[in-house]
Amino acid sequence: MAANIIVYGLVASGVYALLAVGFSLIFGVARIVNLSHTAFYMLAAYLIYSLSSAAGLNLYLSIIIAIVAVIVVGILSYKFLIARVRQHEATTLIVTIALAVIIQEAILKGFGGQPRSVPKIISGSVDLFGVTVLNQQLLTLGVVVILLLATWFFLMRTKSGVAIRATAQDRDVANLMGINVPRIEMLVMAMSVGLAAIAGALVAPLSVLTPGMWAHPLVMILAVVVLGGLGSLQGSLIGALILGFAENLVIFLAPSGSFLKTSVALTIMLIVILIRPEGLFGIRFEEERG
Amino acid sequence: MSIPVAYITRALKLLRGEVFVLPSRTLVLLVGIILLIFPVLSQEPFILRVLILAAIFAIFAASWDLLSGFTGQINFGHALFFGVAAYTAALLNLNLGLAPWATIPIGAIAAVVAGLIVGIPCLRLRGTYLAFATLAFPLILLGVVFAIPSISGGELGLQGIDPLSKSRVISYYIIIPSMIVLGFIMWKITDSNIGLIFHAIREDEVTARASGINTTRYKLLAFCLSGLFAGIAGGLYAHFLKAAGPSTLELLLSFQVIIWAVFGGIATIYGPIAGVLILYPLTEYVLTRYIAVASEAKTLIFAFIVLLVLLFMPQGLTTWLRDKTEKICPRCKLQNVAWRKKCRVCTADLD
Repeated sequence: MAANIIVYGLVASGVYALLAVGFSLIFGVARIVNLSHTAFYMLAAYLIYSLSSAAGLNLYLSIIIAIVAVIVVGILSYKFLIARVRQHEATTLIVTIALAVIIQEAILKGFGGQPRSVPKIISGSVDLFGVTVLNQQLLTLGVVVILLLATWFFLMRTKSGVAIRATAQDRDVANLMGINVPRIEMLVMAMSVGLAAIAGALVAPLSVLTPGMWAHPLVMILAVVVLGGLGSLQGSLIGALILGFAENLVIFLAPSGSFLKTSVALTIMLIVILIRPEGLFGIRFEEERG
Repeated sequence: MSIPVAYITRALKLLRGEVFVLPSRTLVLLVGIILLIFPVLSQEPFILRVLILAAIFAIFAASWDLLSGFTGQINFGHALFFGVAAYTAALLNLNLGLAPWATIPIGAIAAVVAGLIVGIPCLRLRGTYLAFATLAFPLILLGVVFAIPSISGGELGLQGIDPLSKSRVISYYIIIPSMIVLGFIMWKITDSNIGLIFHAIREDEVTARASGINTTRYKLLAFCLSGLFAGIAGGLYAHFLKAAGPSTLELLLSFQVIIWAVFGGIATIYGPIAGVLILYPLTEYVLTRYIAVASEAKTLIFAFIVLLVLLFMPQGLTTWLRDKTEKICPRCKLQNVAWRKKCRVCTADLD
């Protein structure tokens, strides 16, 4: 039981962390609340399904094609939809919701509402401390750790990473220092959507695909980024760990736990931000320049 | 004999002086009259049903605007108020046998309490944190609803509530006037000093506080008022559909209300009402009936319409129309038709 909680908790946390880091990045840099973030994750999962199961392509190839395609869709929707309305905060919310709904409905139309599944990337399982752990779960964890480290390295140690962090801190000054802010935003959007697509590729073999699968992770990553503090990468990671484990503890330990998992996770989020309104690692944003 | 005549002359004067001078107000009056005489033209149950639901959601969307559009406290979990009121009304009706005229106000009071429960902890939060925190409340309650099916009816919800009235036409004549009256009350609230303070809180809370406004009290007031109106809408909804289900608390409803409100134009009250009255019948009736769109495609078309309109009118439909047809007099701040040269009241030169 305890080992199950740890395995499932870690996998859930890893996926939430990947999604939340991407969401946090685009919010931190461009102040865009991208509510279609998890729709891209769903799109990637469905693309992999359609390429590998329906079109019969090689699984690895279809994963790569799906991730690239989702990044392209993300960049196009950023350039032609989100960027045009981003001065109006409420309108940005609606445009991204509308985008998510369009993706959901397109999937519903293309694949129908019935649950679908994708073959595992690597099959089999190993015994760790007396629990059977699917190799796919280990792969998911490994990829998550590598990607999070890579993102951290990219942001902290490369020139583009410095430019991204500078833009996040102060757009205007970053612009004055010769940073091409629109291009940085585009790059971050691509990274953010790319992370979501990879998360989709990792989750697809472990769960069933339905056109409504974007709603629950969206709620969870909103809770994760608020819990960890907006715009903080380590905050997103810690938040994802807390909420991923909270959910799985409730599922395994409480009666009718699968109904209450979201309630408990969100209650934890509320309690934390009532005590620390800026989240665990959040910095209070200075007022934006007028 | 002369008193009614005096009233009628005053009403006519008001119409000529305040309503017919602006095309937008004339349009509102016209829509109101058409809605009120509609059952004379057609009593088709399905059309009446669509219009009744549109009116209920119009109250709901306007109540979101009262809170989020005016004070800028973006509420992502507005379905909480709707759901709390719907479930309260349903439970009171089923277990205590109270009639709709009693359950709807009590449901609305429950929603006000919900407004306080959300509002007090959220006073410390601002902007995006506030939006995401408010998102949590209806979903927490939704989990609880699913976990106690013996009381809440679980996934099926509570069925078999007393209808609002025996006939659909009478329900229509309860709900449409309620929408008109409540919409007018909300518009009056935002037109008063309270509305001005709400605007001030959205624009700059620190300055508002420095000007001696107790912003805490006003933000809570906004949460309560918004809860009250959303609660009335929720109670009407439960009694009209004779059921209160989990769909009244779902994420989709919280998002839907924001879509309607932003589509219509926020911080206006009439904007969200117009948004619902346009979008809801369009997707529920016109598309499926006349253009023969398959019902699976209607959400897709709905999303596309919202997307396209917002790309060209980022501040919403009514705000865009208002800016095209009206000008504000620089001296007396009254609205004038855009093609007037001089203000209709103080004769100052416009622009």
